[in-house]
Amino acid sequence: MRGITLNYFLRRLGIFFLTIWIAGTIIWLIPHLAPGDPISAMVARLASRSGFVENSAEIIQGWKERFGLNDSLPVQYVRYLGNLVHLDFGYSMANFPTPVSELINQALPWTIGLLLIATMITFVLGNFLGAIMVWRRTPRMIKYLIPVGMMFTSLPSILAALFLAYVFSFLLNWFPLIGSYDMGMKPGLNGPFILSVIQHGTLPALSIVIVSFGYWTLGMRGMMITVEGEDYMSLARAKGLGPFYMLYRYMVRNAILPQITAFAITLGTLISGQVLVEYAFSYQGMGTVIYNAILNQDYPVIQGTSFILIVVTALAVLIIDLIYPLIDPRISYGAK
Amino acid sequence: MATAQIQESGPSNPAVRTAKQMGRFNRWDTPWLNTKLLLGVGIIALILLFGIFGRLFWDTKLALTGKSPLNLPPVGLTTTLGGKLTGTWAHPLGTESSGRDMLALIIVGAPNSFLIGIIASTVGMGLGILLGFTSGFVGGRADDIIRLLSDVAITIPSLLVLIVIQSLLRQVEITTIALLISLFAWPTPTRLIRAQVLTMRESGYVQMAKLSGASTFSIMFREIMPNLIPYLFASFIGNATGAILAAVGLETLGLGPQRIPTLGGTIYFAIQGAALLRNMWWWWGIPTLLLAIMFVGLLLINLGFDEIANPRLRQSSQ
Repeated sequence: MRGITLNYFLRRLGIFFLTIWIAGTIIWLIPHLAPGDPISAMVARLASRSGFVENSAEIIQGWKERFGLNDSLPVQYVRYLGNLVHLDFGYSMANFPTPVSELINQALPWTIGLLLIATMITFVLGNFLGAIMVWRRTPRMIKYLIPVGMMFTSLPSILAALFLAYVFSFLLNWFPLIGSYDMGMKPGLNGPFILSVIQHGTLPALSIVIVSFGYWTLGMRGMMITVEGEDYMSLARAKGLGPFYMLYRYMVRNAILPQITAFAITLGTLISGQVLVEYAFSYQGMGTVIYNAILNQDYPVIQGTSFILIVVTALAVLIIDLIYPLIDPRISYGAK
Repeated sequence: MATAQIQESGPSNPAVRTAKQMGRFNRWDTPWLNTKLLLGVGIIALILLFGIFGRLFWDTKLALTGKSPLNLPPVGLTTTLGGKLTGTWAHPLGTESSGRDMLALIIVGAPNSFLIGIIASTVGMGLGILLGFTSGFVGGRADDIIRLLSDVAITIPSLLVLIVIQSLLRQVEITTIALLISLFAWPTPTRLIRAQVLTMRESGYVQMAKLSGASTFSIMFREIMPNLIPYLFASFIGNATGAILAAVGLETLGLGPQRIPTLGGTIYFAIQGAALLRNMWWWWGIPTLLLAIMFVGLLLINLGFDEIANPRLRQSSQ
């Protein structure tokens, strides 16, 4: 492929696996570094909540047996890595015997769907506004209005979520407050269901958009100012090229490239923010699963969902890095 | 002295400026007197002063559970929640469902959030400066390893790892949270400093210092470092914002310090207590508003530093 050498591809793939391996190891290591073993701690917590757990010693022994906690640490670690490869995270403790992977299977499509839509709107809107902030033909009023719209930039998304939920769900009652579709509705590809999904998804998506589009606007504005000062822009103006043609072919296409790299870097923050938004709206995605797991001290679920989200992020960054040389023909990696 | 050096070595500006605009001799015409920067610093200082001096005028013990009547609205307002309740001056911002006074909560909570941000950012920056300089200036194998590690660390969503850690630790102090967050706060400054050091390494004055026999250490910290100051400040503020963001995220999930009141923790209890549905807007709204103002202040400071470091942004904003 153009721009991608085998060397670059392998290095990128290596970073991808290294990321997943390090994240997986941290997640595994922490419970083992914490004093006491996770099973006893969990039974103790159960006991503190319900007053008394019958046969706690046997339960601890049974769980230890089941999870192989009596084996040596290296053996446990290797087995854990093997399970990760099969995406086997064990069973949920709160909803035993539901496997963690089943909970993830139900939640992940919602999260990815919301994330894709919200980030696409954010990226396009943010860059568009940043571009027209610098463009000479933009009406003055719009140039003053954009910074006002950026008031929410860099706010924690959960704050925007609470604010939007209060105004548009509670006060105005325009959008539903909870869930990803109307309760009692059968999921399917029909009109009412899709409408319900859109209705429920609007506020969560909007919460993500209003806190993050300003970031792209600022970055795009900076890049556009740099491009504006280039010699080829003076030449283009001297040639009498049309303003729209210059805006798109000369300015935006050059300014957008660093934004795509920035996109890969901020993806982690984006996903973290979305987890919180989903929790605020009880949206059926990973955020709500994680929150419920935290409430129930359901450690395997917390571990599994976090790990999968880390893999999703790393995968998205890998894809962006691999298509980047195709978008920017000046970049050719590895060819020294 | 640092500012003078920055003006000389900053990116050259193609725009033609009049002598008056250049204003080298006017001591008030320094890029550091940036409107956005000053406004942001003002906002943050106000919140900090409120947190520090608020304790002198208001009993912070009221931030503990059960010290006040339940569900009181802010002063002068009435709710019909569980009987008719009217807010009084005894609790000007109202109280929440377990009898905590909102004013006391935010007086204690606001500085805590800053503390987390400052500790995490300082440690993260320290690591970033160390690694960034090593990577950019020493190069070679060290550069390869540091670059690889920062490439890896930057893609890991830190909040998720922190959730896993925190859900096990539970009882934590503010410093513990701050240090945990700082483990994820080094890759961005490392990259930034490395990139800057790489460009500066080849510049004339560094070559000059090398020829004069200055030691590596002295070149790094006496020649290059002063020129990085605006970048370092911007990076510090960006990092602190990220750290506070992570801390607030953990707190709103109920994974923050359990015994110490925090703004995010208050929001967590508000969500738990269905404050939204019970129309107790002051419960979630006041900490949300305060955090929002705080983040706007941090953003303004960040934008201000951007303009100081990049004269092009400064010029076109006028």
